Amino acid sequence: MQTDIAASSPSTRYDHWFMPGVIFFGLLASLIEAARSPDPRMVAQAWIFGTCMAIIGAWYMWMYVGRTPVDETRPYADAVVKAGVAASMFWGIAGMLVGVIIALQLSFPHLFYFPDLPWTNFGRMRPLHTSAVIFAFGGNVLIATSFYVVQRTCHARLWGGSLSWLVFWGYNTFIVLAGTGYLLGITQSREYAEPEWYADIWLTIVWICYLLTFLGTLWKRKEPHIYVANWFYLAFIVTIAVLHLVNNAAVPVSLLESKSYSAFSGVQDALTQWWYGHNAVGFFLTAGFLGIMYYFIPKRAERPVYSYRLSIIHFWSLIFIYIWAGPHHLLYTALPEWAQTLGMTFSIMLWMPSWGGMINGLMTLSGAWDKLRTDPVLRMLVVSVAFYGMATFEGPVMSVKAVNALSHYTNWTIGHVHSGALGWVGYVSFGAIYCLVPWLWKKKLYSNALVEWHFWLSTLGIVLYITSMWVAGIMQGLMWRAYNEFGFLEYAFSEVVQAMHPYYIIRALGGVLYLGGTLVMAFNLWKTISSGVPVAAAAPALVAEAAE
Amino acid sequence: MTHAWLEKNSMLLLIGIILVIAIGGLVEIAPLFWVGGTVEKVAGMRPYTPLELEGRNIYVREGCYVCHSQQIRTLRDEVERYGHYSLAAESMYDHPFQWGSERTGPDLARVGGKYSDEWHRAHMADPRSVVPESIMPPYRFLFDTPLDYRDIRKVLVANQEVGVPYSKDQIAHAKEDLEAQADPDADGTRDFQKRYAKAQVRDFDGDPKHITEGDALIAYLQMLGTLVDFKSYQADAAGHRR
Repeated sequence: MQTDIAASSPSTRYDHWFMPGVIFFGLLASLIEAARSPDPRMVAQAWIFGTCMAIIGAWYMWMYVGRTPVDETRPYADAVVKAGVAASMFWGIAGMLVGVIIALQLSFPHLFYFPDLPWTNFGRMRPLHTSAVIFAFGGNVLIATSFYVVQRTCHARLWGGSLSWLVFWGYNTFIVLAGTGYLLGITQSREYAEPEWYADIWLTIVWICYLLTFLGTLWKRKEPHIYVANWFYLAFIVTIAVLHLVNNAAVPVSLLESKSYSAFSGVQDALTQWWYGHNAVGFFLTAGFLGIMYYFIPKRAERPVYSYRLSIIHFWSLIFIYIWAGPHHLLYTALPEWAQTLGMTFSIMLWMPSWGGMINGLMTLSGAWDKLRTDPVLRMLVVSVAFYGMATFEGPVMSVKAVNALSHYTNWTIGHVHSGALGWVGYVSFGAIYCLVPWLWKKKLYSNALVEWHFWLSTLGIVLYITSMWVAGIMQGLMWRAYNEFGFLEYAFSEVVQAMHPYYIIRALGGVLYLGGTLVMAFNLWKTISSGVPVAAAAPALVAEAAE
Repeated sequence: MTHAWLEKNSMLLLIGIILVIAIGGLVEIAPLFWVGGTVEKVAGMRPYTPLELEGRNIYVREGCYVCHSQQIRTLRDEVERYGHYSLAAESMYDHPFQWGSERTGPDLARVGGKYSDEWHRAHMADPRSVVPESIMPPYRFLFDTPLDYRDIRKVLVANQEVGVPYSKDQIAHAKEDLEAQADPDADGTRDFQKRYAKAQVRDFDGDPKHITEGDALIAYLQMLGTLVDFKSYQADAAGHRR
């Protein structure tokens, strides 16, 4: 067991050198770029990054100079978790709002495009939406929950003193840098890996700090076993690091310019990117959030995880098989046939571990199913697992070549992604946050009725979203391949675009409902924190960590 | 209980995870770099001209890939709609690839030569003026924005560093070549066309006074999918089989 940095004498507080050092060098780098760069976009990014560093520096001085924060005298570092919860809600609303706007752009192009404002165009806003919901919302949820879970299941305070704050601030700085970059026109145009080289380097530094904080806390643990949720969090952190480093290998035009060229080209680049892209789904949006499932569902239901053995099989088979599934994004393309077949085969195999995990999550409710009637938060968590099961069945189906021939390039893919994103990732995050806010702030949740409203508004939103995109996608695929009686293609491309119109409107409506639900949630949480009834008891202890 | 080993030792767990996730990537991706025939050997492929490359940078900057694919699949209707299915060789100089994943708009892998420059200008300035059903954003500003190509030589060098075979000659004349392609009356036209086979030379944006971002983007779009001669290409020839 390592010594606790936060608890040792002031002279060994290396973290009090490290974080100010990082901020200092960050400021220095941004000043050099701002002064020397010939690239106006890079100059703008330098000022934005410098401002972030200055704000974090000021915060750091306010927090640590001449005093020890109250949080550091407590057994668990909860302040950084609280900050993560707040950031999650902020980015969630922002990202969903951008999603609604771009859905409206596709529905009513003559109303929602502005010829004089290039940064409002779909091509720049769409990565803003995906990054904001996946990396900003999802990322902050993962950081906040992993920090909470690892401390509770290890009975240890976060390792590294202020290092966890560097992870929080640094990660959110990355989000700001990436998002403003897209609007300025800085992007690699690699799906879900759009940020340019300097933002990637910054994220690498932050991510190493994240890994160290997490591992360091595991080393300090007072429990002999590492709890199953932490296996998933660890796999998420490590694999994302590997994917990020390989996929973003690039050569910048110069160190003073934002533009870079990827190390790989063409077909090799395509598979590297989809190895990354699919495993961003597999490890960011799945493994990480399974960590949430394995902690929050047992805790909320007050039941042990259904099967310890299934957890082990679920974990290792999931992380082994996921990595292979990337080529299903490249079926019938110029990717060699053997790689396509391999990708399809493993994608179908992936159904099994996915459903193993779903069963493990759902069956944890054995003996506690009645709680679904009275506890809307638990219901949200359980429905998230149901959506997980649905999306992970649909995925393997779509990776079958014959199905993919129809579904690829269509809105069906968009619908599939959103059944996973809105249903699984969204709901499991909301469920966890509904648990965390009362536990962290030690207040009773302001209103269960509002959770019901959130649940039904967003469920209706999801139903509208995915059904409209299923219909639109299948129609699109069928229209593209339709032949008339003379053996010619039946429809011009523009006719297919026109046919999408009503479905785009329904989809936008679904998005509005889902966003509305999230706003209800934000209000509920705000009222809980600002005027909720204090409760003395802390969070209930985790019931027997999986029957061994 | 062997699994308890991993559960009680975070470093073993960490190493176990890294080993398990390494296998799939190594088996699938690594061979693409050395298995023969992954990228067909075809006549006609050449690196992008400086102007085309700047156009491609704009394509990348504006995120065109979120709606437009550049990859025609080996399916009958796609070949009839868009042309010969895409070869791996056709994107061998693409850093990064822009195959895309979505067709909110049509595939652009072979859009080169399908429409006139004038159509592209009108379409990009106001898409619904030529295609009423279109839901594409307007890109009028491209034609008002002068192309910033001060760093064009460095751009070619960076591409060379990641493997695009630009010659010394091409890098030395990057700026002249870029200007020559957008100006049919320039002196360097013949030298330029010697350096880049089949390169099209004209004033793409209809504004002879300025080289705009519109010039670059149209030059790029008009060459997409035009380099390989499919009349002489034989899919079954040695070196093409996969």
